Amino acid sequence: MKNIRIIPTLHIKGPNVVKPVHTEALRIVGDPKELAVRYYRQGADELMYLDIVASLYQRNFDFELLKSVSEDIFIPITVGGGIRSLSDIKNALRVGADKVAINTYAVSRPEFLREAALEFGSQCIVLYIEAKKKSEGKWEVYTDGGRESTGLDAIEWAKQAVGLGVGEILLTSIDQDGTRKGYDTKLTSAIASWAPIPVIAHGGAGNAAHMEEVISKGKADAVAVSSIFHYDDCTIGSVKEYLDAKGVAIRRIPQFH
Amino acid sequence: MASRITIVDYGVGNLQSLKKAFAHLGFDAIISEDAEEIRVSDAVILPGVGSFEAGMRGLKLRNLTEAVQHVAVHNRPMLGICLGAQLMLEQGHEFGVFDGLGIIEGEVVRFDADAVKEKIPEVGWNEVYPGTETSWEGSILVPGEKPRMYFTHSYIFKPSRKENILGLSSYGGTEFCSVIRKGNIYGCQFHPEKSGEAGLQLIRNFTQLI
Repeated sequence: MKNIRIIPTLHIKGPNVVKPVHTEALRIVGDPKELAVRYYRQGADELMYLDIVASLYQRNFDFELLKSVSEDIFIPITVGGGIRSLSDIKNALRVGADKVAINTYAVSRPEFLREAALEFGSQCIVLYIEAKKKSEGKWEVYTDGGRESTGLDAIEWAKQAVGLGVGEILLTSIDQDGTRKGYDTKLTSAIASWAPIPVIAHGGAGNAAHMEEVISKGKADAVAVSSIFHYDDCTIGSVKEYLDAKGVAIRRIPQFH
Repeated sequence: MASRITIVDYGVGNLQSLKKAFAHLGFDAIISEDAEEIRVSDAVILPGVGSFEAGMRGLKLRNLTEAVQHVAVHNRPMLGICLGAQLMLEQGHEFGVFDGLGIIEGEVVRFDADAVKEKIPEVGWNEVYPGTETSWEGSILVPGEKPRMYFTHSYIFKPSRKENILGLSSYGGTEFCSVIRKGNIYGCQFHPEKSGEAGLQLIRNFTQLI
């Protein structure tokens, strides 16, 4: 059986990890490096590192911060926020990223996804979709941290991106983000059920049962989690224990000495 | 004198995370695309992600194939990772048929999409267990353990000889070879540098071969 990945997510603003609500309102949570190391030691399967203002303000990504965060982390790190050139990707990889998540720039120039996949391999290129529900079974793609509507249908956009060679999809529900009321399972399923590549569900995790739901009903291949780990409401270990008991295959927590 | 560990830079993939892993273990691995530097190394790491053909092209473009084969012929410790390990075999079947380095007999083939009951590529953590005719005793893997490692791949090793199958894994109901070995030459389909403590342990064990 395939192992479901639990991916703690750091939303970065300036030097801090912040907690977004509906991808907007922010609260400072802590220090990126400290949190990254804590999650690594707790048994995180990967780490998601999203600079939430780089794209919005056309600001360049803080590569130095990423370098320091990734230093003592030996699991895959996906980096997103403001990536808009092949050299941005190269720089991110150089300072510790293994994959990049691309949203805004991919929407404005889809061909970039193909170029990036050819240059760095599909395994490196993650399509980052932020989607808002429009009607039953319809979601619209947003960019710039959920601020700009695009008119694109999320499912169609995912199909197009798969054709362009992306290796994974990070799928955020703007409606659920930060609410702790559960993932948008229907949105996840609407893409994960047919996508030939892994889909990472993101936005709305309030407890381990929400994760189990988006895995079993939403067909998620991985779950991205932020708030509840930041505030110690539960640990990666307790989530994995719960999922394991529910019959979800997970990677057991490695023992640290 | 400190051992010279060289990470071969042939234009594919992310070498920094490997260098970082060696640094964490107290080794200053150098990244090089120089054939002479590789030839005189005590140990060689052949990393890489991407397609088989692009990998071989990258090696040839820099005239590195002979240097890597030279290190292998002398049975100096060598660790291939993902594409780097695939290149150690004789032939790859990705976007056509291409010759590899031929260090270990066998070929590289795609996961059989009809047999594998999961998405391809495999992305994520998977267990590694011993091959049927090999022992982990004295190898870079720890006998008695079944480490979980991080994989991201669509292609798999298909060694001709069972004695070269050191580790196996199973994905979507299909068993495949995840670690190849011939003497001091090792190849992992997974990424030890991204596999947490289990991966670091493998790299640490590798450094003890030097």
